Amino acid sequence: MRMSLFLTCFNDTLFPATGRAVVALLERLGHQVEFPLDQTCCGQMHYNTGYQPEALPLVRHFVRVFGDSEIVVSPSASCVGMVHDFYPKIAAESGDEALQRAVADLIPRVFELTTLLVNKLGVEDVGAYFPHRATYHPTCHSLRMYRVGDAPMRLLRNVRGLDLVDLPNAEECCGFGGTFAVKNADTSIAMLSDKIRCALDTDAEYCVAVDNSCLMHIGGGLHRQRAGVEPIHLAEVLAATEEGGRA
Amino acid sequence: MSRHAPTTRAELMSRDVEPLPTHAPAQPFPEAARISLADVQLRRNMGKVTTTIRAKRAKAVAELPDWEDLREAGRAIKDQTLRHLDHYLIQLEQAVTKAGGKVHWAADATEANRIITELVKAHATNEVVKIKSLTTDELGLNEALHEIGVEAFETDLAELIIQLAGERSSHILVPAIHKNRAEIRALFRRQLADTENLTDEPKALAGAARAHLRKKFLSAKVAVSGANFGVAETGSICIVESEGNGRMCLTLPRVLISVMGIEKVIPSWRDLEVYLQLLPRSSTAERMNPYTSIWTGASAPGDGPEEFHLVLLDNGRTKVLADSFGRQALQCIRCSACLNVCPVYERTGGHAYNSVYPGPIGAILTPQLVGVHNAGSLPYASSLCGACYDACPVKIHIPQVLVHLRGKVVEHKRDSLSGRLAPESLAMKTLGRVFTSPRRFERFQRLGRLGQRLKVHNGMIESLPGQLGGWTAVRDVYPVAPETFREWWRRRESGSTSTPSSREGQS
Repeated sequence: MRMSLFLTCFNDTLFPATGRAVVALLERLGHQVEFPLDQTCCGQMHYNTGYQPEALPLVRHFVRVFGDSEIVVSPSASCVGMVHDFYPKIAAESGDEALQRAVADLIPRVFELTTLLVNKLGVEDVGAYFPHRATYHPTCHSLRMYRVGDAPMRLLRNVRGLDLVDLPNAEECCGFGGTFAVKNADTSIAMLSDKIRCALDTDAEYCVAVDNSCLMHIGGGLHRQRAGVEPIHLAEVLAATEEGGRA
Repeated sequence: MSRHAPTTRAELMSRDVEPLPTHAPAQPFPEAARISLADVQLRRNMGKVTTTIRAKRAKAVAELPDWEDLREAGRAIKDQTLRHLDHYLIQLEQAVTKAGGKVHWAADATEANRIITELVKAHATNEVVKIKSLTTDELGLNEALHEIGVEAFETDLAELIIQLAGERSSHILVPAIHKNRAEIRALFRRQLADTENLTDEPKALAGAARAHLRKKFLSAKVAVSGANFGVAETGSICIVESEGNGRMCLTLPRVLISVMGIEKVIPSWRDLEVYLQLLPRSSTAERMNPYTSIWTGASAPGDGPEEFHLVLLDNGRTKVLADSFGRQALQCIRCSACLNVCPVYERTGGHAYNSVYPGPIGAILTPQLVGVHNAGSLPYASSLCGACYDACPVKIHIPQVLVHLRGKVVEHKRDSLSGRLAPESLAMKTLGRVFTSPRRFERFQRLGRLGQRLKVHNGMIESLPGQLGGWTAVRDVYPVAPETFREWWRRRESGSTSTPSSREGQS
């Protein structure tokens, strides 16, 4: 299948390894991946912080870049959630009927990586090998906004060599929340402390998630504490193989 | 109005610093939260209670196979009623009047207080008993009564605790949630008679409160209550409580004054059935509510209050109604499930919100009632984790309303030059421009890599300037990658196998 990778702005800039892992994984599964170089940002940061007029041009931009794609795949449940949950509202409020139609037409083709694999393609075993102890943090937007369900866990359970341990209070927010982490730094830190404590309690080497935004938060805290636990995007776990190691 | 910003928890909670809605902007949430977060006892109490009630609620909800249908019904009935609120309110007024009650319309807190104080004065009494009186906190009614020499006695156990401590409620349903048994015992021993040997057993504490309150129930001539639901077709008012103290208030005094926000009206008894299933399971995790009082108009002598007044309160609600997206906040049935599941509320407690209605629902209701410019920090007091929406029994999409209100806050900020020139506004504007052009975006990535050169240590950035320093207080920042994905992609597409040059900017 031909797929367009919507990597998201911060993955492109800060976490290119995740993008390379998605490409390696999908190509290994026999798909053809293209990366439209005109892509930038979905507009979530602007929209969620209240700068909504600034988000509209980014919605238009996204629709222009991905409008003709057969399948759009992204390793960010949060940004895909933005597209699914807020793009129709933004388009409706803009009063632009062509945009509303374009958004409605595009949305069914936009997938988060794990739901694409499990729900659309019916793949649960991607042939990955990751011989480490890891715990999975279900990010808020993957859980309660885009609702990936158990797709990530189904994929993880099929990874060979993986010692997967439950994260206590897994479904509680890590305290990231976009600009919340800066605007309400104290409360955010209090939430992060508890998330890190739970992660350390698992004795895991890796903390896995489907959103690098949350991992950037948890990982930033872990690194500052020299905790010896590494955040890792699920795509990178799935891309790892016995022959090739980490992509 | 000038008010100094409270700096300690005691000050934050003191009655003198409040009441909120009709006053100037309160201390912003981040500052108030900082005080609460440092309160070890509060953190322990809140963590314990919210964790317990979350598990209980989840169990109570899981028992009903049609819970999602009930939620949808609860949402739809309220939505439909709010669309025709004028019709149902007039129907309610007619029904209450027909049943011998008197209906008063109050546009705001001042008018409501005038109506109530005049009614109390007319009965020449110096005390009133109160139950389920959260709405009267909006009015500052106790203070208004105090001014005419009438003392108001809260009779809900938790409300009583709060009143004795001279504090404000920190939870919609459990106003004293921030206090533990030991703290309550100490308070009772200070404030109530015959409590020298009081233990901190819940039974003993309730007993002490009962002995104190019983006298008030028997002597008070006037009671003031809130209202959970008002049934338009029959004029019946419903109060839902757990202790029976409400039942005492609603039946013993000769005069009953109920203050009801206009959004509490529902069309019919059939609708009540839906909410009496949703409310107890969501709020106290009970299958059925212990004390449900429903009355219609005035009672016959000896059978309850002979005089019944219903005060229908607007106090900003019609303004909320005018916002077709934000008005879903008026669907709220005050169950407090959103507070109990909120990771922010769990850590800061209710006082940090500086609002009669704390927690996620307060963060969307208060700014709409008092104006976003008076509570601009509240829509940001959330990580948008979505737990509140999943727990809400009437499906108020709290995260989406929060985002909607953030838009209003920013809109208001744009009205002033200082707002437009604030660092955040400028940064957002710049980034907006950056993201609309792939070329500008790439230049921005390269600039970032260049700019971070001296900041990257050990593969991470350890400090950032200005407001961003809030992040780096305890969190490192990932730097711009030595080779961005699009750079890698281009290299791959061009077939080049050489590794990225030393553009990295990493030390």
